[in-house]
Amino acid sequence: MKTSHRMTGAALAVLVTAALTSCGSGSGPESGSGTVTLEFLVDNSQATMDTAKALADAFMQANPTITIETETRPGGSEGDNIVKTRLSTGDMSDVFWYNSGSLLQALNPAQTMVDLTGDPVLANVQKDFLPVVSQAGKAYGVPAGTAMGGGILYNRKVYDQLGLKPPKTWAEFMANNDKIKAAGITPVIGTFKDTWTSQLFVLGDFYNVQAAVPAFAQDYTANKAKFATTPAALAGFEHLAEIHAKGHMQEGFGSATNDQGMKMLVEGKGAHYPMLSAQLPPLVSSMPQAATDVGFFGIPGADAARNGATIWEPPGIYIARTSEHVAEAKKFLAFVASPAAADAVNKVVQPAGPYRITGAKLPEDAIQVAKDLQVYVDEGRTAPALEFVSPVKGPSLEQITVAVGSGLTPAAEGAAQYDKDVAKQAKQLGLAGW
Amino acid sequence: MRALRRLGAETVALVLATVIFLVPFAFMLLTAVKDRTQATDLDFSWPTSWPVVENFLAVVEARDYVLLRAYVNSTILTVASVALIVVFASMAAFVLQRRPGKVAKLADFLVLSGLIIPPAVVPTIWLLQALGLFKTLPGLILAEVAFNLSFAMLLFRAFIAAIPRELDEAAQIDGCGGLRLFFRVIFPLLRPVTITVILTSSVAIFNDFVNPLYLLPGDENATVQVTLYNFQSQYNTQWNLLFMDIVLITIPPLLLFVFFNRKIVAGMTAGAIKG
Amino acid sequence: MTRQDAGPRTGSGPGPGPGHARASRRRRGSAYPYALYLPAAVVYLVIFLVPTVMAFYFALTRWTLFDSEFVGLQNFRDFLAEQNLRIGFQNTLVYAVVTSGLKVVLGLLLGVLLTSKLKLRGFLRSVVFFPVLVSTVAVGITFSVLLKPDTGLVNQALAVVGVDGGDWLGDATTALLSVALVDVWKGVGLATVIYIAGIMSIPSEYYQAVAVDGGGAWHRFRHVTLPLSWPATYSVIILSFIGGLRSFDLIWTMTRGGPGFTSDTIASIIYKQYQAGFFGLSTAGNVLLFLIVTAIAVPLNHYLGKRQVTA
Repeated sequence: MKTSHRMTGAALAVLVTAALTSCGSGSGPESGSGTVTLEFLVDNSQATMDTAKALADAFMQANPTITIETETRPGGSEGDNIVKTRLSTGDMSDVFWYNSGSLLQALNPAQTMVDLTGDPVLANVQKDFLPVVSQAGKAYGVPAGTAMGGGILYNRKVYDQLGLKPPKTWAEFMANNDKIKAAGITPVIGTFKDTWTSQLFVLGDFYNVQAAVPAFAQDYTANKAKFATTPAALAGFEHLAEIHAKGHMQEGFGSATNDQGMKMLVEGKGAHYPMLSAQLPPLVSSMPQAATDVGFFGIPGADAARNGATIWEPPGIYIARTSEHVAEAKKFLAFVASPAAADAVNKVVQPAGPYRITGAKLPEDAIQVAKDLQVYVDEGRTAPALEFVSPVKGPSLEQITVAVGSGLTPAAEGAAQYDKDVAKQAKQLGLAGW
Repeated sequence: MRALRRLGAETVALVLATVIFLVPFAFMLLTAVKDRTQATDLDFSWPTSWPVVENFLAVVEARDYVLLRAYVNSTILTVASVALIVVFASMAAFVLQRRPGKVAKLADFLVLSGLIIPPAVVPTIWLLQALGLFKTLPGLILAEVAFNLSFAMLLFRAFIAAIPRELDEAAQIDGCGGLRLFFRVIFPLLRPVTITVILTSSVAIFNDFVNPLYLLPGDENATVQVTLYNFQSQYNTQWNLLFMDIVLITIPPLLLFVFFNRKIVAGMTAGAIKG
Repeated sequence: MTRQDAGPRTGSGPGPGPGHARASRRRRGSAYPYALYLPAAVVYLVIFLVPTVMAFYFALTRWTLFDSEFVGLQNFRDFLAEQNLRIGFQNTLVYAVVTSGLKVVLGLLLGVLLTSKLKLRGFLRSVVFFPVLVSTVAVGITFSVLLKPDTGLVNQALAVVGVDGGDWLGDATTALLSVALVDVWKGVGLATVIYIAGIMSIPSEYYQAVAVDGGGAWHRFRHVTLPLSWPATYSVIILSFIGGLRSFDLIWTMTRGGPGFTSDTIASIIYKQYQAGFFGLSTAGNVLLFLIVTAIAVPLNHYLGKRQVTA
């Protein structure tokens, strides 16, 4: 947010700006000066906008002949629609920021994006990242920002006060919750007004699913394995129902928002919040203790010996096939996928997890959640979330998890509903075997 | 005694109505002028400090003055659509009311359909694309006209029914027929209902966010409601700015209303006779 | 209160021979040329009717933005198999009945109040109309805040009188009704204005007649205002009932159909499918919604219209 006080002349400047920017896409080659303007479409969450701005600024400093104009769109499924519509009408910005994994598959990259397979742009991208920005063996994007953990964010102060240890099994987790509740603190924060936040117990449990049933992702994609009939996969829904049944969430969880939840966690009014680690960095500027007081552990499963964490891959930055400045766009992507870009971003946004760029390092003063997550990565105890290993993802999961987490639907029924929802999506996408 | 009781009942009704209808507005205004920390409480309280100008500037300057561009877009959209609606709907309503028959029956049916049928978003996009009007302001204007014609025609038709036919005939004797009859004689008489139509349709179009979201996507094309919709996620920790935005975009319709206030009922008087 | 088409005729003119009459009829025909329909008809036809008809075809295809495939009635089957369609249908009806019912009752009461000899009448009329002017998104945001469980103004006010208000929008039992009440708050102003107009157009002789009979305020209301403001009632019912059946934006900004699926309406189910990229499926839903609304609205319109003639 700008809060400068330029009052004079603002009105005039404004009208001129409005007149200039309101006509046309302005992506045509700028004559004369030899500069090129790249349009860059990003979603409007604070973390994304900060990262995108840091990337663009650093790149423009190094390449004065290229200007990057950032354009924002809403996030969530509204944003998905805007991206799809713009791609299909040939009206996409030169480069754009979008999810990797299953959502990317729906964009039909082979038709709409520039193929980067084997291109030097990808030189610094870690090999194991490429599959989540690929379709049919061809890669289309570079990682934007860092990977993040999807699990439990917890307040370390509360843990210290009550002498608790991060749990390795679900039973230990529930035991911790009982003690926290006895101390008068909310054990688990629920923020179901932002429905997507209700999915973490299910989606973040995938490390445990994979540990128990290694072939689940494959069978699930092939319409063979189901959530409702695979006990390890059903566990996520059951956990959600159990938390509600025990009354572990705060009052008013149904209309609480993600920000309120994060605030509760940082202030120690709640001890656990099933969340993505990337939600934390934007808070550090207004609440510095967020950097040190909040830690991360993977959602614990049944077996302490097989404890780990589920990882969300970073989103990608892609080049639209309709771009007239592919060479410049590739230059930008090559920069994004370089350690220098990571350094530039580190100065503005605290990383929430490990980079997917060879040679890019976390800063010394990385926030606690990033350090905690790094331990899992270093020890090889991570698995990517299901949406990064399967194109199948039902659109109604967040409503179903709200219903299960609010005690409106039993866990088994919720899982069965989700299986049906998934079948609907697979059919609509015309996937093989459905 | 009776008068006293009556006065009491009146006061109660007055206070109740004021509380119910004005308190939410007071809440918007108060939150809009609080500082960031106090606004986060989201309670109904008097501001401890008054960063009115700061909040105002912050909202106006956000995202490269998107709000001002949105104001320009919304103004063009509203003025153009409403002008077309008034002219098109009044003309059609005039024939519809004056010339019964098969054509009028069909038109009646279409007017009712226009009220009932939810516009089909995807085919509309597809069609506007085929016409080269998708993502253009003229495309959105035409869409708003099409979606709002029915309600305007209902109001116009009812009002025209109350205009005696002798007028038409006197004009015809003077050799005034067709278009000239309508624009010279009838249209000026429609002033009261025209004001009602202007008010209701400009409020509907200025406040619409679904159609602009789909038919006119893109930051450079944003309308004020779409900016508000987008600001929701951007300002989710800065409630003072979110409410300042709400206050700013609520002002134009309020002004329009204050301006036309006394005349709305006059246009409706006829409108209510036959819906 | 019948239509006034049957005004004085040309027949009253002096010496109309048969030929003369025909000429005058022809002249009248040209005084109301069908060409006046043209601009409205073209816009309506191209921008509204064509897409609506196309929707019927799209509803038969499986369609991503990049290609489409004809699937017959599969989309309709899939839509009807939608797990929460029953809740959605029920909610749609409840929502339409509650909102239009309350708008009629409150609109009529406010209409009577605001046509009586009240000191601050003008002020009150404006105040009641204010919410109509605010956009749905703004109303949605504001009331989401006012209805918050702990800090919200509504619950704080209730606490003063010793009532413990719940989590209005976050609780499955109250979410839909809370949104419906906000809808009434936003829409009752328009209903009131329609009623004011209707009541003001009741000729004063009727009231004088009641006064002569020595009838009181109730009698006046029951036997004059209520029956004679029927046309206004008709307008309010039709507009708000159809609006209620199609309603979506307020529900979407306040609860997104939640918690879970408990405040979903047919329109929000359709919208979610559209968002998921299931364009054929959502269009099929739209076609069904259209059929449902028509099946309810047309007989209702017919029935109310009939009553109007006899009233």
